[in-house]
Amino acid sequence: MSEVFLKIENLTKNFGQFTALRDISLEVFQGEFVCFLGPSGCGKTTLLRAIAGLDIQTQGSIAQAGADISVLPPAERDFGIVFQSYALFPNLSVEKNVAYGLESRRAQRDEISQRVAELLALVDLADQAKKYPAQLSGGQQQRVALARALATSPGLLLLDEPLSALDAKVRAHLRMEIKDLQRRLAVTTIMVTHDQEEALTMADRIVVMNHGIIEQIGTPQEIYASPASQFVADFIGTMNFLSAKVACSGKCLLDATEIAVDTSDLEAGQQVQLAVRPEDIHLEAKESGSAEEQNQTPGTIESLEYLGAFVRATVKLHQSGATVQADLSSGNIDPSAMVAQTAVAVTFPADKIRLYPLGT
Amino acid sequence: MAGMPHRSGTHGSPLRRKSSSDDRAMRLFILVIAVYLVIALALPLYVMFSKSLENSQGAFVGFQNYLEYFNTPALVYSIQNSLFIGVVTTTITVTIAFILAYALTRSRMPGKSVFKTIAMIPILVPSLLPGIALIYLFGRQGLINELLFGYEIYGPIGIVIAEVFFTLPHALIIIITALSIADARLYEAATALRANRARIFFTVTLPGVRYGLISAAFVVFTLSVTDFGAPKVIGGDFNVLATDIYKQVIGQQNFEMGAVVSMVLLLPAGLAFLVDRIVQKKQVALLSARAVPLEPLPNKRFDTLMLTYSIIISIFILGILGVCQFAALVKFFPYNLSLGFSNYQFDLMDGGGWDSYFNSIEMASYTAVFGTIVVFAGAYLVEKGQGLGPIRGAFQFLAMLPMAIPGLVLGLAYIFFFNAPSNPLNFLYHTMAILVISTITHFYTVSHLTATTALKQMDSQFESVAASLKQPFYRTFLRVTVPVCTPAILDISIYLFVNAMTTVSAVVFLYSPHTTLASVAVLNMDDAGDIAPAAAMGMMIFYTAAGVKILHYLLSRGIEARTQAWRVAVAK
Repeated sequence: MSEVFLKIENLTKNFGQFTALRDISLEVFQGEFVCFLGPSGCGKTTLLRAIAGLDIQTQGSIAQAGADISVLPPAERDFGIVFQSYALFPNLSVEKNVAYGLESRRAQRDEISQRVAELLALVDLADQAKKYPAQLSGGQQQRVALARALATSPGLLLLDEPLSALDAKVRAHLRMEIKDLQRRLAVTTIMVTHDQEEALTMADRIVVMNHGIIEQIGTPQEIYASPASQFVADFIGTMNFLSAKVACSGKCLLDATEIAVDTSDLEAGQQVQLAVRPEDIHLEAKESGSAEEQNQTPGTIESLEYLGAFVRATVKLHQSGATVQADLSSGNIDPSAMVAQTAVAVTFPADKIRLYPLGT
Repeated sequence: MAGMPHRSGTHGSPLRRKSSSDDRAMRLFILVIAVYLVIALALPLYVMFSKSLENSQGAFVGFQNYLEYFNTPALVYSIQNSLFIGVVTTTITVTIAFILAYALTRSRMPGKSVFKTIAMIPILVPSLLPGIALIYLFGRQGLINELLFGYEIYGPIGIVIAEVFFTLPHALIIIITALSIADARLYEAATALRANRARIFFTVTLPGVRYGLISAAFVVFTLSVTDFGAPKVIGGDFNVLATDIYKQVIGQQNFEMGAVVSMVLLLPAGLAFLVDRIVQKKQVALLSARAVPLEPLPNKRFDTLMLTYSIIISIFILGILGVCQFAALVKFFPYNLSLGFSNYQFDLMDGGGWDSYFNSIEMASYTAVFGTIVVFAGAYLVEKGQGLGPIRGAFQFLAMLPMAIPGLVLGLAYIFFFNAPSNPLNFLYHTMAILVISTITHFYTVSHLTATTALKQMDSQFESVAASLKQPFYRTFLRVTVPVCTPAILDISIYLFVNAMTTVSAVVFLYSPHTTLASVAVLNMDDAGDIAPAAAMGMMIFYTAAGVKILHYLLSRGIEARTQAWRVAVAK
């Protein structure tokens, strides 16, 4: 990847006794699209506002394009911002909104209108220039806000939950549009979201946050396939967690069943949580008591839930009484052969399961 | 960054944002307005308090004046009288206002907007005017004085009737607001549970408006205890605290005792104000964003009853006004009832003549213009400014304070503060400026709350966006904030104009022979026995205030039509 554009070091933010951000360090590269993802109250918006200078951090430094901006007021930083509410000026037309940041920069009138036209074309709103924000749909307003934020060609684009106020279809469409625009303009972008799907589809890298700390930084693939902590595993996608114990190197015990798994960084005898995604579990109809294969344990299907593209089975494991969820798609097994109370063999593929030490 | 290791540690003092030029400018402006409030409010009140601890030679005597006050039965009796007027007026006004508000919000009677407009009329006249009308109706030669069965209108009866007239609109606005936020779903639930009308009223309606009723009661109580106009005109020998202040200062030139009575009058007003603030906070918590508005169902008997009631109240209000107009036009009551304009020859009477009328318009205009600028800018800076937390907190307190300060007290405090020869601001004394300053200060709180409410309804991110676009704050203020808040700004300016036209209490101590005012002229002509010209001047004030209100209405309609395209979104 190219050079570091934004460098955050040891950032801490306290609101009175409450610590919203705890010693955050992070690098964002030139032209990168980074998402801050986490549940509400995790500190993601606080971090974004610190980067913008809207709420200054208690401790720590921020450098942008090599210059220390830690204590600069927003007006002396270089960023454009889009809020969840869009914050479009209601009494100004679309073109005046977009031109707002250009006007006092001693630019010529025709230069400004040319730039505005260019930006409106970019967000596909050329024909709406004379309208007022209230006369536009939510998605259109969002694009006006984006054009206004990009008008001054900022080095950094900040998006604060920009899609949350829109309905599902518009959201999915705008997701692609924003990502496409960002790629074309190559503007370094940070987006705050609590929607994992948004983060997974749009980001080059995701910063997963919880309780004011960064749990994991990685590409969407890394975050989904190799969650670094139990929190990330739980927060992204659906995950089964089962209590287990490390037996020896490369093996753990799920009750009476021995499971082959990567146990690096763990010690024998340690209590762990075994995590496996529903789509990674294999089920096959099999009477219990028959010979079991590697990483296999007997169970019974308790109920089935039809979810369109697949069927989700809730399976009770015989040895522990714990339940796991397993997805049955046509690639896995013929769902029609499975009904409630079917005895099954549940397989946890060694390369798809991860262990997390208890209490993380 | 490597170059600044002291910033990266978790120790040390918290970082502070470097101030931008915007921050510095806003801090300067807020300091200017805060200094204004200190000079126009805090310092005069402080000086008045210290005067109450001095003798007439200016020597400190501790609480000796207070001792003297409480040992003078005639003076102490006024406390009881004031409280009596306050309690009786509050009971009657809140009852009348509640039923009228109920009729206006919960019935399907016709002409609601007409009745509501009529009920608002008393705001447009000085509180002296109902007293004058009562003299014509129930005075010794009154038109219908036999209706009093020998009781005297001069005294508590007259004061209470005048105060009810004067305070009705204030209570009505509050109770209408409280009744309008009712949630229809509660009524549907109660009906589904087969509660009858009476039970619904006592279990749903009354609990829902209890904070509104309490708030209305305290507002009415404060207004009627601190009002000076009604007891002055129709009080007779029935002394109250407000008239005592006036008599001590104007009649006996006993300024120190005036200060003592003022401090005593501050107590009930201040207490009522405190309770009201607490109640207001609770009221907000009652509001649910998802409430479904209640649509009253037609009910012929109930609607007719409410209509009859509204008509009676309207006759009372229009009657008072009509009698005043009649008094103004009659040549020589009760001997020559032919009509004419002889009573409008104000230049022949005490009180400053027609000049007072034009002075009033001038004063009201200045108050509206400068008051709106100061109040709105102040509210904006408190809402949007960065840093200076303690100063913004103090500002907020000072902005709320005038609500608790009776006008007479403020006026007397101004005499002490601005008339002191050592005060460099002494040159303001006896000028138009001091009248404008005192009036802006007197009516600061409601204006400030109106501005704050409008500003809070705006998206709080506007300023953040503008900063990211590197625009100075004043540009966003002028291009976005002011246009979006235009309706509220108009409301504030009209409120200030109308109150500046009608107010007597603060300015009665501050006018000079060159700056006599219409409302004070009403007082002085009435004092001199020229009651008919006083009524005529009072009606001039009414017509002017009403004209401005109508202008405001038309202007608002025009602005609404012109900005309809974008206001839809702001209204949400």
